Amino acid sequence: MHDLLRHLKGYRLVSVLAPLFKMLEALFDLFVPLVVADLIDTGIRNQDTGYILSRCGILVMLALVGLGCSVVAQYFAARASVSCASSLRRALFAHIQSLGFSEVDTIGGSTLITRMTSDINQVQNGINMFLRLFLRSPFIVFGAAIMAFSLNRTVATVFLLAIPVLFVIVFGLMAITAPLYRRVQTGLDRVLGATRENLSGVRVVRAFAREQEETARFEAFHHALTRMQLFVGRISALMNPLTYVVVNLAIIAILTLGARQVEGGMLLSGDVVALVNYMSQILVELVKLANTVILISRALASLSRVTTVLHTPVSMAYPAETGPETADAAVAFDQVGLTYAGAGDESLSGITFAARPGETVGVIGGTGSGKSSLVHLIPRFYDATAGHVTLLGRPIDQWSREDLHRAVAIVLQKAQLFSGTIRSNLLWGNADADDATLWAALEAAQAAEFVRQKPLGLDEPVEQGGRNFSGGQRQRLTIARALVGQPQVLILDDSASALDFATDAALRKSLRALPWKPTVFIVSQRTSSLRHADQILVLDDGRLVGHGTHQGLLETCPVYREIYESQFEKGGAAQ
Amino acid sequence: MSNRKQSFQPVLVRRVLRLVRPYWFFVAASLVCAAVSVAAQLLVPILCGDAIDAMIGLHRVDFAIVARVALAIAVSTAITAAAQWVLAACNNRIAFRVSQDLRRKAMEKLQHLPLSYLDAHPSGDLVSRMIADVDTFSDGLLLGFTQFFSGVLTIAGTLILMAVLHLGVTAVVVLLTPLSLFAAGFITRRTYRYFRDQTAIRGQQTALVEEQIQGQRVVQAFGHEAESLRAFDDVNDRLRDASIKAVFFSSLTNPVTRFVNSVVYAAVGLTGALLAMGGGITVGQLSVFLSYANQYAKPFNEISGVVTELQNAMACIQRVFDLLDEPDQAPDAPDAAELQPDGRVSLSHVAFSYTPERPLIENFNLDVAPGQRIAIVGPTGCGKTTLINLLLRFYDVDAGSIAAAGRDIRTVTRASLRRSYGMVLQDTWLRTGTIRENIAYGKPSASDEEIVAAARAAHAHSFIRRLPQGYDTVIAEDGGNLSQGQKQLLCIARVMLCLPPMLILDEATSSIDTRTEVKIQKAFATMMEGRTSFIVAHRLSTIREADVILVMRDGKIVEQGNHQSLLQKGGFYATLYNSQFDTAG
Repeated sequence: MHDLLRHLKGYRLVSVLAPLFKMLEALFDLFVPLVVADLIDTGIRNQDTGYILSRCGILVMLALVGLGCSVVAQYFAARASVSCASSLRRALFAHIQSLGFSEVDTIGGSTLITRMTSDINQVQNGINMFLRLFLRSPFIVFGAAIMAFSLNRTVATVFLLAIPVLFVIVFGLMAITAPLYRRVQTGLDRVLGATRENLSGVRVVRAFAREQEETARFEAFHHALTRMQLFVGRISALMNPLTYVVVNLAIIAILTLGARQVEGGMLLSGDVVALVNYMSQILVELVKLANTVILISRALASLSRVTTVLHTPVSMAYPAETGPETADAAVAFDQVGLTYAGAGDESLSGITFAARPGETVGVIGGTGSGKSSLVHLIPRFYDATAGHVTLLGRPIDQWSREDLHRAVAIVLQKAQLFSGTIRSNLLWGNADADDATLWAALEAAQAAEFVRQKPLGLDEPVEQGGRNFSGGQRQRLTIARALVGQPQVLILDDSASALDFATDAALRKSLRALPWKPTVFIVSQRTSSLRHADQILVLDDGRLVGHGTHQGLLETCPVYREIYESQFEKGGAAQ
Repeated sequence: MSNRKQSFQPVLVRRVLRLVRPYWFFVAASLVCAAVSVAAQLLVPILCGDAIDAMIGLHRVDFAIVARVALAIAVSTAITAAAQWVLAACNNRIAFRVSQDLRRKAMEKLQHLPLSYLDAHPSGDLVSRMIADVDTFSDGLLLGFTQFFSGVLTIAGTLILMAVLHLGVTAVVVLLTPLSLFAAGFITRRTYRYFRDQTAIRGQQTALVEEQIQGQRVVQAFGHEAESLRAFDDVNDRLRDASIKAVFFSSLTNPVTRFVNSVVYAAVGLTGALLAMGGGITVGQLSVFLSYANQYAKPFNEISGVVTELQNAMACIQRVFDLLDEPDQAPDAPDAAELQPDGRVSLSHVAFSYTPERPLIENFNLDVAPGQRIAIVGPTGCGKTTLINLLLRFYDVDAGSIAAAGRDIRTVTRASLRRSYGMVLQDTWLRTGTIRENIAYGKPSASDEEIVAAARAAHAHSFIRRLPQGYDTVIAEDGGNLSQGQKQLLCIARVMLCLPPMLILDEATSSIDTRTEVKIQKAFATMMEGRTSFIVAHRLSTIREADVILVMRDGKIVEQGNHQSLLQKGGFYATLYNSQFDTAG
């Protein structure tokens, strides 16, 4: 809530004016029954044509002024709600960008997208309706009651009874049905899940010839959903009839009480008409109010999802300038440990090694052994929770953000491209690179051949997520992107997995021939990809269980040997 | 307007009516209730008018009439309330039941669609047809229908009742009310453009956000945040400007129509009052006219909204019908036999392609004896699944034939053919449900002992036992709570339970740790014992021990033979093999 107010700050005036103008409009609405009562009681009774004309003129004036107020209010409400949502969206985007990986891991990427899009839209809708209706509706409800009192105290007591009863019906039914609707939603999610599952598993379903059972299961889910929907439907269908009954009972009461007052001369018949009109106005506004409340409660839920993200603290701080050099290793780890946020155990512990400039370092180990965690510490995706990481002679936390990004390039497991062109993607590595540099990077990444075959070459469009390229092509383009910046440290995090052996081998060869001699880290599952590395780090369960060359490890490290043999069984390698 | 014509084609309408036919009783009840409720509601203003006419002034109140009117209002209210509730209940029943029927049909359709269709259509699109489109249809059409009906009845009823009271004032209402429709229509046409802009820009923004968030690691690794934010700001500002216009202009509809209605109200007040002065109508009748004037425009506005909703509903049901109208896969031959597999498979002169322009397999011959191992080798994405598609008859061959146990597979039932194969693919699909249900997927009648035995044979028993609820642990959608290796072991256990005479295995183990991998290897070895196996091979040992190696490239089978013969041939296989041990590399 507090956050919302901050984003509304720039639109404070508009967001106060919008409901004010709405209330003005409502006020003019409230006068209408009084004018009509006058028309009847004075105009018709006294046979005064001029008076009748003037009253009708007032009615048109009221409508016109009401329209004016309303247009102004709608404009202010639109402006305030949209601008606020827009500013909130920007803040959220900027904040998400600044979040570290551990925070994004915890929240999850797809939820972040929903929060950026549909949740903020809900918030916008909520603010808009709030500004427009939340003050107007209660104002009309209570205003009508006050007007009724101004006409006749005795009859107006009907309003005092009817309004609370209507409130109880409208909000009571909402309170009862809200949790039931959530259950309907769960049921729908289950039906949705079953549908998705059947599509994704269609081959398995058919291979086991289970089509009929799957359909039956789906039907069972859907049957439960329909039953729930019918049940909730029956309850919420009570809203209209019940409120209608209460309002009409109130009208009956107004008529009978009013009749007595007219008989006694305390009230004129035109006033009775006005009282009946007020009662009808109340019902219309209460229904609007109920709908607004539903909308606003949805918007509040969305808002709290948005603010949870906004309040996730950014854990990493960078110095403005890179500190002085204090050692000569390219990358050095000293007793490094890493515990992910929310995890009980260390994912890396006691890792110590040093890589000299220009060396190739292989990292191998099973799934979950900590390979990716280890290399993710080098570009500072995460901060080590124990020990020290040193990059190019400086402690990692003394690098400025810009210098660090220039010095280290990482190619991730999942090849991610961005919509644009091949060129625009490659320029991420270095915005000033010329075509020759780009082509050299493509050559080294074994991507030049297929890029050359594209009709537009470097200007070939890349669709969202690079889905118009095959997995192997995407991997090679992401490697090229990393090479364009000529980083001093290059990390390939299992990023050649979609390449066949021949291409993989050619890639490793060209990496060794890079003219600026970067330090290269290669994470892989295949011993064949690492055998020529200057040193190989063997990880098992987050610990360094082997460190040396291929030959050396074969002799000393059982884990390495196990991996090697599982890939080249019975010593069958063609050596 | 051509759009409207299209969406209400007679064929489509007839088909929609057929959907609703089983519920004709509820439709009829709903229509009757709507009529009753409209009639009873329209009476109330007239009754009020009578009561007011009974209160002329001091000591001139006819209490008998007031009491009668009060009773009449009470009765009509009770009738309206009952009719409204039944109406809503009927509508709900029709809407929810029709949705259920449609989705059941769609689900049955999914089970019978050829895989060529399912492979070519994004599953998100099919899901949205089955869920969202069906919802929009049932909401829009069925609720829209009764709203339309009550709207027309209200208009007609109001007109008749007003005409009975006084023709002159009725004429004022009838002539002026269209103004509000024109105003509403004018605004809607204007806002349409702004909404279109807003939708387009919102789409761009969503695409950008998706891309940036999914690629956040890359964005951060390259320090690209500032540029990304600039791109975001650009689209965000455009969205803001477009949205303000769309939200503002669309929110004008209500005030403007309300204004026009107020003018009509004033005009009715004026003519009515002048008439009442001359005794043409009573004050009570004037109040009746005033409340009708208030109500009269409402159904018109509702109806124009309903028309859009109906169009929308028709567009959605068209998409659902399109899905339902897709041709089924060719059914099993009427005299199709149950396959008695013996492990023999033979492909003769097989030709196949997904699209005629790109022939993939031509004149392919292969004879597999019981117990032989066939290794399928090739770079990633070379189309190894094509062969699986053909063997299991997910796709039919274009020419030639495939035979199992000496019978053309098109002459046996698909179910018996597929049950003859055990399949473990890299894509480890598990269903939401317990571990037990998943293992017993191919044989739901399996006993607990059988299930545990299968899990043991698949080396899955030990990890299952360590799960919080053991065999009753529930697996979330897409197996989120299990590791890739564990999922694969469960897939193996699933096959172990049935253990058919032929196997299709995918060895790819890229995301599995060494120890699990060793287990999987052992499980594979147990399974393959004495069984005809087709293996998508990644391991040298498998390849070298295979009886036949099929080398695939770009979807085609380029070479066929055993390890020795292929090496001697010095073709693509030899290149592949050597690159792995390129010591000079």
